[in-house]
Amino acid sequence: MRDSRTIPSTIEYERARIEVFLVKRSLAILLTLVLGLGVVLSGCSGASKDDSQAGTDVNAQKPTETEPVYGGQLIYGMTQDLVSLDPHESTDAGTRCVVFNIYEGLVKPTAAGDLVPAVAESYDISSDAKSYTFTLRDQIRFQNGDPVTIKDIEYSIHRYAELSGESSAFSLALDQVTCPDDKTVVITLKQPDSEFLSQLTLAIIPDGSDPVQNPIGTGPFKVDTYKVGEYLDLSKNEYYWVSGAPYLDSVRFKFIADVNTAFTELQAGTIDVLNYLTTAQVDALQKSAQDQFRIVEGNMNLVHALFLNNDFEPFKDVRVRQAMCYAVDRDAINQFMFGGKSTLIGSHMIPSLQTWYEPSCADAYPHDVQKAKELLAEAGYGDGFELTITVPSQYSQHVDTAQIIADQLSEVGIKATLKQIEWSSWLTDVYKGRQYEATVIGFDGKLNPSDWLAKYGTNDSKNMTNYSNAEYDELLGKALAAVDQGEKAAYYKQMQLNLSENAASVYLEDPADFVAISSRFDGYYFYPTAAWDVSTIYMVKE
Amino acid sequence: MKKWTLSRIWEYCKVHPKVFAGALILFVFLILSLLGQVWTPFSVTKMDPLSVSQSPSLLHIFGTDNFGRDVFSRVINGCGITVLVALLTNLVGGGIGILVGSLTGYFGGSFDQILMRINDMLLSFPSVLLALLLISFLGPGTLNVVLALGILFIPSYARIARGEVIRFKDRDFVRSARLQGVSPLRIIFLHILPNARISLFTAAAIGFNNAVLAEASMSYLGLGLQPPTPSLGRMLFEAQSYLLNCPWYALFPGITIILMILGAALLSEGLKES
Repeated sequence: MRDSRTIPSTIEYERARIEVFLVKRSLAILLTLVLGLGVVLSGCSGASKDDSQAGTDVNAQKPTETEPVYGGQLIYGMTQDLVSLDPHESTDAGTRCVVFNIYEGLVKPTAAGDLVPAVAESYDISSDAKSYTFTLRDQIRFQNGDPVTIKDIEYSIHRYAELSGESSAFSLALDQVTCPDDKTVVITLKQPDSEFLSQLTLAIIPDGSDPVQNPIGTGPFKVDTYKVGEYLDLSKNEYYWVSGAPYLDSVRFKFIADVNTAFTELQAGTIDVLNYLTTAQVDALQKSAQDQFRIVEGNMNLVHALFLNNDFEPFKDVRVRQAMCYAVDRDAINQFMFGGKSTLIGSHMIPSLQTWYEPSCADAYPHDVQKAKELLAEAGYGDGFELTITVPSQYSQHVDTAQIIADQLSEVGIKATLKQIEWSSWLTDVYKGRQYEATVIGFDGKLNPSDWLAKYGTNDSKNMTNYSNAEYDELLGKALAAVDQGEKAAYYKQMQLNLSENAASVYLEDPADFVAISSRFDGYYFYPTAAWDVSTIYMVKE
Repeated sequence: MKKWTLSRIWEYCKVHPKVFAGALILFVFLILSLLGQVWTPFSVTKMDPLSVSQSPSLLHIFGTDNFGRDVFSRVINGCGITVLVALLTNLVGGGIGILVGSLTGYFGGSFDQILMRINDMLLSFPSVLLALLLISFLGPGTLNVVLALGILFIPSYARIARGEVIRFKDRDFVRSARLQGVSPLRIIFLHILPNARISLFTAAAIGFNNAVLAEASMSYLGLGLQPPTPSLGRMLFEAQSYLLNCPWYALFPGITIILMILGAALLSEGLKES
C-alpha cells in the first residue's frame, strides 16, 4: 500500500551532478509510473459509470437452486498464513475462520448468530445463571476415531483457562468443573453470568493432547498436512456427528501474501474461493467472468459509525447529536462506498445477530437537512460549529466515509475538518484516551450482546463515547442479570432504542462484504463471527 | 545591469531553450494555480452521487472521481496549494539556511564546526522519515507540513551558501570592502551573496522540486494536507483503488506533478549552463 517509489530520495544539493541525477531519477520514476499506468489503461479504457453499476447485482445470502453432489476438493484462497493450529491460543480472525472447521466446542455458533449444542447434546443453565450443565452427545468421536469422554472436556476447559491467563475474563468467571456422571459436566461460576455460554465455544480436544503437534478435534474436517507459508490441507472427518456433512472430500487453504496476486489466482482458477472483495473487484469479475463465479454478498459484521464524544461541548446537547443524525445521509454513503449493498443501521448492533437486533432503530433518522437546521438552532448552534473528525489514516474506508460526512455536514453549517492519525495513535488517543470530537471507525464484537452494548455503560472502561444515561445503565444491569433469553433480548432491544433516541452517535451501516466462489461450488454462508464454514459447501451437479 | 527588454529576453531564450521551456511550464502552472484559488469550474469538495467516476468529457475535461467531484477543479486547486506549500517551504528553509550558511562560512572557527556537524546530522537522516517524525510531533496540517519540510531544507541551503561565501570571502573585492571597514553583514549580503545568485537560484529550483515531491509523498501517506482539501499526492493515493475503473483520476494529478517537476528541473539545469 505504501509505495516507496513516490518518496523522493535524499535531498542533497551540493554537487551539481548529484542534483541533476536525483532530479532525473525522480522524474524517471514518476514517468515509469505513469507510463506503466498507461499500459494498464489501454486495455480498459471503456470503463464508464454504466458498466460499473450494471455488474454489482448479486445474489443475497440464500441457497440457490443447485443440486449438491458428494466429493471433490475445494481450494480456498486467503491472504495470510495461520498464527497457530492451537485453538486455545488467542489468534487473529483469519486463523479462527479456518480453525472453525477443525474443532468444535460444547456449543457452536450458527450462521444466524445463535449457539447450538455441538459436542454436548443439550445444556441447561440454572436460574441464578451460576451453573451450566452439559450432557455429552451420544457416540461422538474425535477425528482419530476415539470417543469423546468427560475427561477430554475437563482437560480442554482447564487448558483454555490456563492459556488465557489468570486475569482473563474466562478464568476470573470460572469457579470449578465437576462431573457427576460420565455423561454430564457441570461448570460453576463465581458470579452469575447469563452470557457465559458464548465462551463455551472453546474447542474440545483429546485429554493430554497437544494441538500444536497433533491437531485433533471433532469438527467436520481433519488436518492432513500443514506447510508453513504455503497451504493447509484438510480432509473429510469420517466420524463427524452431523449426518450427511461435510460434502467435500478435502479442502486446501492456500496462503497468498498479496491481495492482488490472490485476485489474479481467483481469475485464473487456481483458487476457488476468495473473501473480502472490493466493489471494484466484484465489478471486474462480473465483467470478465460472469459465468465462472458466484458472488455471495454478506456483511463485515461491523458497526460502522461516526462516533461522537458526548463530552465535546456541542455534543453535550442531545439536540445537536440528533441534528448530526438527520444531517448525515447514510444512503449516499452506502451508495458511494459500497454500491448500495450495505445494511443501514441505527444503533450499536449488527443485523446478523437476529436474536438481539432491534430493526426499528435503522429508520429513526431519515436524511432531513431542514430538521437538522431547526434542531441546531434550538440548541443555540444556528450558525453551526467547528468539528474535527479524527480518522486512522491507513483505513481508506474510514477516511473516505469521513470525507463524505464532512461534505454533508457543511449543508447544515457545521464546518467539519479531517485529522488523520496513525492507527497506534488512534488507539491511544481516541480509543483509550478519549481525546477527540468525532471519529469514524467500525466496531466488531462477539456473539454475546453485552460485548457490543456494555461499552455505553456510564462507568465502563471502554465507554469511548462518554455516553451517560441512567435509564441505559439500569437496562444494562437488568440485561446482564436476566437468564431467560426472551427477557434478555427485550432489554437489549430497549438499550438499542435508547442509544438511537438519544443519538449516542451517528450509526451508519454494517458494511457489505463480497465473497467470490467458483460456480462449480455452492453453499457458502456468512457467519456473524470469524468462521468460514466449509462443511456446507458442495460441488454442484452438472 | 542591462535592461530586460522583450527582444533581449527572446534572444536569451534562443540561446537557453531549457530556461525558456522551464519558465514557460512553471508560468502556466502559476497562472492555473492562481486561477484555481479564485475560481474553479466546479466546487472542489461538493460530492455528487449522480456523476460518480465519469470519464473525461466536455463538461468534466479531466473526468470525475469516485465521489463525483470534478478532477480538473481539484487538480488546479490542489496545484495552487502544492505550489504555495513548495514556495513557503523554500522560503523557510532557504531563509534560515542561507543565513546560517553564510555566517558560518564567513566567520569559520568552532562556531562553523559545530553548526556544520549539526547540519551533517540532519542530512544523514532519510528526509521523508525526518519529516514524518516532525509531523508526528507537530500533528498533520498544511502549516505543519511547511514547517517540517522547511526545517528539512535548511541543511542543503546552508551548505551551498557556506560554500559560496568561502569561495568569495578572500577575493580582492571582499578584502577591499573589509579594509574600508564595511560591516561583515553588509559584506555577506551586498557583496558576496549577489555573486552567488546562480547557485542559489539553482538550489531554489531543485528545492521547489523536492518540496512538491515531498508534499505529495506526505499527503500520499496521509500525513500532509488533510482531506477534503485537494492535494495532488492525496489524489494519487485515493485514485489507486480505482486504477482500473477510472484511470483518469490517477493520471491527471500524476501528469501535473511530473510537468511541474519537469519545469523546475529544466529551469535549474538551464540556469546552471548559462
